[in-house]
Amino acid sequence: MRPAWSIIFFTSISGLGLGLAGWIVLGLVPLMSAFQIAVVGIFTLVPIGAGLISSTFHLGHPERAWRALSQWRSSWLSREGVLAGLVMAGLAGWFAAGYFARPVPIWANLALLVLIYATVYATAMIYASLKTVARWHHPLTPICYLMFAAAGGLLAVLAVIVALGQTVSPALAQAGIVLLISAWGVKVAWWRLAGTASSNASIESATGLYDIGKVRPLMPPHTSENYLQHEMGFVVARRHADKLRAIAVGLGGLLPVLLIIVAPTSIIGLGAAVLAHIAGVFVERWLFFAEAKHTVMLYYGDGSQV
Amino acid sequence: MTMLPEPSAIKLGLVIDLDICVGCQACVVNCKEWNTSGYGAPLSDSDAYGEAPNGAWLNRVHAFEAGDGAAARTVHFPKSCLHCEDAPCVTVCPTGASFKRAEDGIVLVNEDWCIGCGLCAWSCPYGAREMDPVEQVMKKCTLCVDRIYNENLVEEDRVPACVRTCPTNARHFGDLGDPTSEVSLMVAARGGVDLMPEQETRPVNKYLPPRPRRDAEDAPMSLVAMAEAETPTGFWKWIDSSLDKLG
Repeated sequence: MRPAWSIIFFTSISGLGLGLAGWIVLGLVPLMSAFQIAVVGIFTLVPIGAGLISSTFHLGHPERAWRALSQWRSSWLSREGVLAGLVMAGLAGWFAAGYFARPVPIWANLALLVLIYATVYATAMIYASLKTVARWHHPLTPICYLMFAAAGGLLAVLAVIVALGQTVSPALAQAGIVLLISAWGVKVAWWRLAGTASSNASIESATGLYDIGKVRPLMPPHTSENYLQHEMGFVVARRHADKLRAIAVGLGGLLPVLLIIVAPTSIIGLGAAVLAHIAGVFVERWLFFAEAKHTVMLYYGDGSQV
Repeated sequence: MTMLPEPSAIKLGLVIDLDICVGCQACVVNCKEWNTSGYGAPLSDSDAYGEAPNGAWLNRVHAFEAGDGAAARTVHFPKSCLHCEDAPCVTVCPTGASFKRAEDGIVLVNEDWCIGCGLCAWSCPYGAREMDPVEQVMKKCTLCVDRIYNENLVEEDRVPACVRTCPTNARHFGDLGDPTSEVSLMVAARGGVDLMPEQETRPVNKYLPPRPRRDAEDAPMSLVAMAEAETPTGFWKWIDSSLDKLG
């Protein structure tokens, strides 16, 4: 599937921002002053909002994007839009309450936490619900998205705590390491299980010609690449998939873990860890799209792991 | 509204006879012609005469080879929207632009609501939807909804353009919800099939597989033998026997 940059940016940056917000509403970041609340609020809301706005860049008609809020009863894309809007409003309210020193009830914190992870889940289900892409249509797909949000968010929490001039407790640093390793562990499992899945459809079932025997394409219906091949026949990443997977794990998992261990008090070290994690997740998301194959390619004779 | 309606009693669709189609592409051209000038935005092309022509088409004809050896055959394979009962392209649409009509089951796109996100094309196993390169809205087969109910047209023209134009009668239009309709009888008689039943979309359109090949024994005798019968009659019998007598 064609990797749209705006979508890769959106899913990775918003995922990180949502993960960070999830830990903040649980009270993991001690916010001492109205100034700190305002700064952390901006650092949390900007990535989520920027990701949301960028996700409209790949649309043919971004000016009609508001219509996407209407079909939440059937469409995961619509649900994601509605939930993201609720989360943005809820978080803005949460930071405003903190800024004006108003107490936030526990039920509100928990409701916000549920909404945050529901948003990440909805993003993943846009892809996981597509039966046409066998690799995505797997129960581990949403778990990967949720784990990356939680792990990236906790890594960002460590950086924010140090940036606010406080020290990270060893328990929190260890939790960050455990979450990062678990998230990439789930991803490696996804590569092994979902990443090797292929659809039960075949060129014979796609053409209904199974009674005659093996089916081979003879003539394509058009002389140049069309929309379907452009959208669903992306090949570049597959050639270098193994290298790219190693780069993703190295940048997104190993390097941040190493930096948490060697520089748990340094804003430069933890800042670099967050950036490396973002880069690793970018590569992971790029592969998620670029390696995925769609059943329509059966009609074009590409039956390998459709 | 992108919730699927209750299954309609009337299920309009196409039956495509793979035994007959010769791959002439006339249905492809007439589909493009009708749909660029009628319903919704024109069905546009970009760089039509340049190096990389690209355009939206609602109907494409592939060709496949099936089977091996003497049983092998060429099958021309027209492909357009199958107007599925469980159309995934409808339920994934976030805006309500993609919908299935409750009255006759036709799957349509409201182009004024479409945001061009492309998710419906990703959800369709068959590649029935293509983004218009100029209008940036999703295009798909409308079953010529602007022809089949159009009382300004003479009766025989009230069928989809592809069906009307097919010179070999390989395409048929009708109500597949009515078991006594001509198309339903054809599907029953010829063992019409669904494409990719594994995807659980329950297509309305059916494909009639090529008829089985006749066995070699049933094939007509050698044409040479037919032309040169062993025992001549009449004039040739007289010539034959006279020449024999000459020794």
